Order: sequence, then C-alpha cells, then structure tokens
Amino acid sequence: MSAVTTPAPPSPPREPAKEREPRPARSRPAHPLLRRLLPLAVAALVLVPVAAALWGSGAWPSALTADVKTPLDDAYAWVVRNRDTSPVFLYFLLHLSNWSDSSVSWMTDLLVNIGWFPVTVGAVLLSWRIGGLQSRRGLKLAGITLASFAMCGVLGMWEATMETLALMAIAVTVSAVIGGLLGLGGGLSDRFEKILRPVLDTMQIMPAFAYLLPLVLLFGIGVPSALIATIVYAAPPMARLTALGLRGADAGVMEAARSLGASPWQRLLTARLPLARKEILLGLNQTIMMALSMVTIASVVGAGGLGEEVFQALSTVDVGRALAAGIPIVLLAVWLDRTTAAAGDRLGEGSDPSAVRLLHGLRGWSLTAGVGVVVSAVGAALLIEEWPEAWTVDISQPVNRAMDWFTGHLAEGVPVLGGTRTWADGFTTWVLDPLRDGLTATPWWLLVLVAAALGLLAGGWGAMATAAVSMAGIGVIDVWNNSLDTLSQAIAGVVVTLLLGFLVGVVAARVPVVERVLRPLLDTMQTLPQFIYLIPVVALFNVGRSAAVAAAVLYALPAVIRITVQGLRQVDPAALEASRSLGAGTFQQIRQVQVPLARPALMLALNQGVVLVLAMVIIGGFVGSGALGYDVVFGLQKSALGTGLTAGVAIVLLGLVLDRTTQRTRAATGAP
Amino acid sequence: MRMKNPNPAGRKNPNPGGSRTRLTRAAGAAAVVLGLTGLTACGAADTGSSSSKGSSGSVTIAVPSWVGAEANAAVAQYILENELDTKAELTQLDESVAFDALNSGKVDAILEDWGGAPKKVDLYVEDKKTVVAGGDLGVVGHIGWFVPKYLADEHPDITDWKNLNKYKNLFKTAESGDKGQLLEGSPSYTTNDDAIIKNLDLDYKTVYAGSEAAQITQMKENYKAKKPFITYWWTPQWLNAQLDLVEVKLPEYKEGCDAEPEKVACAYAQTPLQKYFNADFTKEGGDAAQFLKNFNWTAEQQNVVASMIADEKMSSEAAAEKWVKANKDVWQKWLP
Repeated sequence: MSAVTTPAPPSPPREPAKEREPRPARSRPAHPLLRRLLPLAVAALVLVPVAAALWGSGAWPSALTADVKTPLDDAYAWVVRNRDTSPVFLYFLLHLSNWSDSSVSWMTDLLVNIGWFPVTVGAVLLSWRIGGLQSRRGLKLAGITLASFAMCGVLGMWEATMETLALMAIAVTVSAVIGGLLGLGGGLSDRFEKILRPVLDTMQIMPAFAYLLPLVLLFGIGVPSALIATIVYAAPPMARLTALGLRGADAGVMEAARSLGASPWQRLLTARLPLARKEILLGLNQTIMMALSMVTIASVVGAGGLGEEVFQALSTVDVGRALAAGIPIVLLAVWLDRTTAAAGDRLGEGSDPSAVRLLHGLRGWSLTAGVGVVVSAVGAALLIEEWPEAWTVDISQPVNRAMDWFTGHLAEGVPVLGGTRTWADGFTTWVLDPLRDGLTATPWWLLVLVAAALGLLAGGWGAMATAAVSMAGIGVIDVWNNSLDTLSQAIAGVVVTLLLGFLVGVVAARVPVVERVLRPLLDTMQTLPQFIYLIPVVALFNVGRSAAVAAAVLYALPAVIRITVQGLRQVDPAALEASRSLGAGTFQQIRQVQVPLARPALMLALNQGVVLVLAMVIIGGFVGSGALGYDVVFGLQKSALGTGLTAGVAIVLLGLVLDRTTQRTRAATGAP
Repeated sequence: MRMKNPNPAGRKNPNPGGSRTRLTRAAGAAAVVLGLTGLTACGAADTGSSSSKGSSGSVTIAVPSWVGAEANAAVAQYILENELDTKAELTQLDESVAFDALNSGKVDAILEDWGGAPKKVDLYVEDKKTVVAGGDLGVVGHIGWFVPKYLADEHPDITDWKNLNKYKNLFKTAESGDKGQLLEGSPSYTTNDDAIIKNLDLDYKTVYAGSEAAQITQMKENYKAKKPFITYWWTPQWLNAQLDLVEVKLPEYKEGCDAEPEKVACAYAQTPLQKYFNADFTKEGGDAAQFLKNFNWTAEQQNVVASMIADEKMSSEAAAEKWVKANKDVWQKWLP
C-alpha cells in the first residue's frame, strides 16, 4: 500500500478483473438487452398505466408520501427532555457517552502532558522498529516520522495534532476490536457472512456525514458523537478483510492441522489467524485511513483537534491557516499508512537469518523501548513540554496571497477562455438547469422504471429491486424534488469527473513521468480535509451549484485517475505489443486495445466516482448547492433533526440507486 | 485477538463438521456475556448536568462560528486564566446546538446569543430551568439587507426596498435565474428573508451560500470586481471595517411584527445580544461565574479585538492579550 487510500476505498472482494465468464445473454446473437429487459417491460406495461391513472404523471404523488419529519422532530424533543431520566440513557447510552468523553480526554491529556519531545521520540522509534531496525526501510520510515511530527510542531499545530491523534488512537482501537470480531464471525460462519455482507456493502456507500446525524440525535454535539461516528465508519474494512483472510486460509494447511488432532480453537489460533494476518493488517491500515478522514469531518459536530482548527480558520476566511491545519492531517496519514504497510510487508517476508539477534523479536522491542525511555527522559528534562513558540512558522500570509493571485487571474478576464466564473455560469445555465428541469419534469413512475431497468442491466434482479425500491423510497419520505436537484448535480459531477479522470488517467498510464508527478499530488488531494476547498472553490466559481459540483469533482478525481491508471497498466503487455507490431498508432492502441481490455477497471472507476461525488453532496451544502446538501447542513447546525435526517436518508437512497445501477462486477461475481 | 473460551466442552469433542458453528456460537455467547456485564456492572450513568462541574476551577465557553463571538470568548478566557486563575476552555458550537450543551452541562456559558433558537430558550430556561439568562453582553446586533456603497452611490434610491424590483436585473445570477439574487449566509443564522420577499412581493430569490466562509468570499470577490450584490448581513461584523456596506431600508420594525415566521414583512429588530449560563454553574461557579455575569462591552470594543483576529490574522489569544493589556480600566469593573 504505497498510496494513501480513499475514504471509501474500492473493496477488495469486488475485484475488478474477476469477470468470470461472459454472461450467457451476451454470447447469443439475438438482442440480449431486450431479452433481459423483457420481464420488466411486461410488468411495466401492466403497472404503469394503473399507477399513472391513479396518481398522475407529475412529481411524486403526495398520496404516496409518509410524513417522517414530524415523528423525527418529536423523537428529538423526547430525547432532549428525557436524556437525564430515561433508563435507556441512564443505563446504556450515557455510559457510552461518558466513556467516550473520559477516554478521549484521558488520552489527550496523556499525549499533551508527556510533551512533544518524548512523543516524537516514541513515534520515531516505534516506526523504526516496525520498519526493521537494520533495514534501510526502517531508517527511511523513522525519517518520515521525524519530519512529519516536526512539521506539525513547526506549523504551530502540535496540540491540535495531539488531540486528533488521541481521538484516532481510541477510535482505531475500538474499530479494530469490533471489526475484528465481526470479521471473525463472518470468516467462520457462512450464515453470519450472508447477513454481514450486504450491511457492509451499504455502509461503504454511505457518505461519512450520514453517520453523524443519528448520533447527534442520541448523544448531542461533542466528542462522543464524533468518536462513535468514526468507529462505525472505520470498522467495516477491518471486518471485511478479516473475514476475507480467514476464508482464504489454505485448505491443505487446515487439513493438516485437523489431522494432527488440533481442536477448533487451536486451529483458529495457530493456523487460521496467523495465515490471515496479512489481510488483517491490511484491514487495520484501511481502518486507520478511514478513521483519519472521518475525524476531520467529525469536527462539524465538535470533535476538536485539527478538524476544528480548519473549521475555525474558515470562519475568518483564512485559507492559509486552514492549510496549516490540513497539512498535519496529510502528514499523519502518510506516517500511519507507511508504518502499517511496512508492518504488513514485513510479516510476509519472514526473518533474515544473517541478522544481528539483538535487533529482532522481543529483544528488538525491549531495546527500542529502553532507548525511547532514556532519550525521552533526557529530552523532557532539558526542554519544556510545549512546542517552543520560536520554532513555529506562520504560513498563512504567503498562502493567502498566493491564493488571491491565483483566483484573481483565473476567475475572470482570461483571454479567449473567459475565466472560471464564466464557465461556472455557463455550466449552471446550460448543463445543471436543463438536467434538473428535465428530471423534475419526468413522470415519477418513469424514473422508478429507469432505475429498475438500469439496475437489472447492471446487476440482475437483486440490484433492480434495490434500485427501484430506493428510488421510490425517496418519494415516500417526501423529498422528491430536492433529491432530483441533488441527483442532477451528482450526474453532472460524475460526468465531468469521468471525462477528466479518464483523460488524465490515460495520459498518466502512458507517460510514466506524468504519473510520478501526479502521485504525491493525488495522495495529498485525497487526505486533505475537504473543507479547505470551500473558499478557493467559491472564489473561482461563485456561490452556487457549480461550485458544489467543482468541489465534488476535485474530491472524486484522484480515485478515478488512480483506478484508471491501474486498470490500463494491468492490460496484458503482449496484447499491446501485438497491436504495436501490427502498426497501430497511439490512439488506436488506446481505443482498440487498452480501453476494451481495461473495461472492468473502468467500470469500477465509474462506480467509485459516483459514490465519491455523492459523498461530497453535503460539502456542497457549504458552498451553495442547496437541495439535500443544504438540508443536512441546516439539520446539523440548527439541530432540526427531522429535516436533516430525512435529507441524509435521501442521500443514502440516492447512493444506493446510483451504486446499483453502475456496478457491473456484482453480476459477474453472483453476489446479491 | 485473544478471547477467553467460555465453552471448554469444545475441546473434548473435535468434530470437524460442527467446529465452525460451535466456534461462532461460542464467540456469540462471549459477546453477549461481555455486553451484559458492560450493561449491568455499572449503575446509572452520570448525566453530567448535576455533577460538580464548574466548581473545580474550570470553565467551558461555547464559541459560535463568527468572529465577534470569538473575540468575547478570547478576552473572557484571557482574563479568567490570568486574573482569576481559572482554566477556561473554548468549544466551537453553533448557536442552537450550544443550548443543548448548556443544558447538559458540557458548556458553562454562551456569551453572545442572537436569539436564533427561541424554542430552545423556552425549553431550557422556562421549562427545565437548566439554563439561566445572563443579561446583556452590551453589544447590540442588527441584521438587515446590505448593498456595497459604490452601488448606492451610483443608484441612490436603491437603498429603499420599494425600488428593489426596479433594480433586480443588476442582481441576476446563474443561480437565481430571472430573479434578483439575495445572498444568504449559513443555515444556522436567524433569517426571515424568504417570508419578507414573498410578503413584500419582491422579485428576488434567496441563494444560500451555506456557510459564512462562502458568503464572505463571495462578497469580497464581488467587492473587488465592483459588481452589484445584495446580501443578508449584520452588524457588528469585522468585515464591515474592510467593505463599505449600506443597509437597504425595509418596512420599519414594530414590536411583534416578526411574531409569525410565515407573515413577516418588516425589518429585523435591534437585538441586544444575550448571555446564557448553565444553572449549576451560576450557583457553583464562584468568581468565574460572577465575572462572566459582569462581562459587558460595546460593539466598538468588540470590533477592535475582532478585527485584530480577522484582518490582522492574529491568533485570538494574542489579540485578547493585546486588548486586555491596553484596556485595564474597562475590564477591571468586571472582576468580582
């Protein structure tokens, strides 16, 4: 894992290249599309006239809606009134809440009180030990760690970094335990796996913000909501990969263990778990990355730490200060990612027989710990606890000036091209408006039918049912028009993302230099808290839906580029060589060989693009997207849970519709 | 992952077929047992509000996302920590959410409330009595519709709402279509604008920037390019020192004209900004609580600190320190 992962990484079980065999429908020469759609078409012929006659053909009929806002608002009022007296709270939820508060503040106090020097020394030595005390990799890792921590201090963010690190430490530990237990269940029991899989699949496409609202309802604003949201968000990859690892255990080894008379527990502890440790570590890696991205988003509900610094800087429109808080997040991500990846790789390698024994195993650990304690004690005695003020550098002024210059020159008056604001206006008037009006004018039953048909084509009957039911659900909870507005923005965003992503991806896959330059940029873009984009995006595109789409594109682009590059790279070199020797030009090679062969990966890129663009809908709410994004922000900030939660659910439903209608690989692997 | 085996019988009977299900069953049983002990071992949880918080020499102040409030909190924090030897923590919370935190005791004080959450005030102050009113901050807030001065100079009659329809074409954007765009701020701010537009028959559309950051960026960019715009805005605000804005006159505010949100057709009131405290904190907070009750300053004084933070990009601590050192006579009166 050299790359920093996306907040919603492509799940390993949906391997892109796993298209097993061509579906029978495709191999037949007759119209396969028609054949597959036939049953649906027959059903539609019967049902649509009835539905249209009963409820008309405009927007979603009000007769079919249910009022969910009032009960939700009532529930919130009840919670507020009874938080101190109801047994549900007194004996369960408040324990959770108090435990979260106290464990996080304990951890923060610990890290802050230990002081910056021992913490840095500890982190450096830990990474060194994990990377290998003797190997170059360990040394490099130690260097990265030192640079990262020093940078956090230099930027004046030491305390905020420690707060974030404390929250992370607790969240990751709990996520890993819960995810590990679930994965254990999923790996050992088929029935459990069957229940777990769809839940994890759905959780993966839920935007991070959607987790915040129900928790705010129960726990109010503050650390508990943030912590629990992070745990819930970060646990799935651990569960998924643990289960995967346990299931993938070599049958021969298991049989051997059994024939030696090992009991089920012995087999689990001595064979199955050790064989799965690589997957489990990869799961841990993913869990850490997801927790980090959530921790910053959770600042919206008062998580504190670096996310709050970003947020606070934005209130004075100070991009520079926001960036100063954003950079430590990127550095933490790099450090944690590299360290866990190194741990995973080293497990696979086994030990080097020629190594000095003092530096390995338990002895290596105790040596590391001993050196750490001594150096820390000396350092702590010589230096003060807090990061010295003289060692900080204020980057906010130069960054702000640079941004002003940048936006000032791109926004308007660019010869011929017109500048970004002109584009934004054009995009709103000529793309977003017609798309939204078109969707709103479409009869409701037709949209449900289209969702069903696309789901059927993409993934079979299960996907069809999910897509259609989700689409109808949006109508039932009475947010039809707002959802279509958001859907139009999402579609536009996905199209732009794919166009740009494929373009850049194709170039990067063919020109190695471009890819090398792009990689660190993509890593940074993926880990930087999305809030930092708010101000530049508004300065460039004006408040409105165009700005929201631009923010979404920026967010989804790195993943799409990366998957595209990977897909094109995996194309069999022999096929490419053959086409070249047949005299195919560069464009012919791309069009006729690379793209068709990389199709599964490109489909995955489409799916990821859709999921990520939708995840940004709520960030869009902060720059004037209106519709669902605004409703969620409104709900969070005004604690109007009825509005917020309904909009959140609608986003999840839209996500299900878009996911099921774009996910081709699911049909091939035969999952529901 | 190490777990205790709650089912030792599993070891005696190495039946290969049933081993998996038995394992999962055992794991399930362990989880249930763990969960149950977690639930029952401890009694009722501490609700926080009735705890001894506040008396132990630590105060938590809610800071909403605007800079004026940051100035209040920073100055209060500086004086609390340096004069009263009380540790003060600041937590960033939006207006209405802060009341929930005040109720639960997670926060001890709100220093600047714009009256944006009347329902919460009713619930906590009148009904549950967990929150008490803390009197005026001294600053009077006012919300209104504002246009830049260069626009008012060009079209002097634009500052009367009756002429707004005449000028709507100036304010058209891609978002507002063929109506004029009235720029709005964060969803958490108090606004009647949709009702006002409807009831005054104005051909305008509210476009929500979604956050104060987006709104300010948009205003600054428009101002830089000398473009016309009309926006929901308020005083005191640090940005007013940078941008010269003129208020548009709406029908005069009369007591009670904004009682029904749907039917509002008048200007916003002059709002003396209020302080609110957690009820237990006022009883047990000692000197710190008394100091916060006495805390009272003018819009000008607040603006000095706010623009140090916002314009000069000083940290709020540094700004507070500078102001406190220069204005001893003002804050001496607040000390108990």
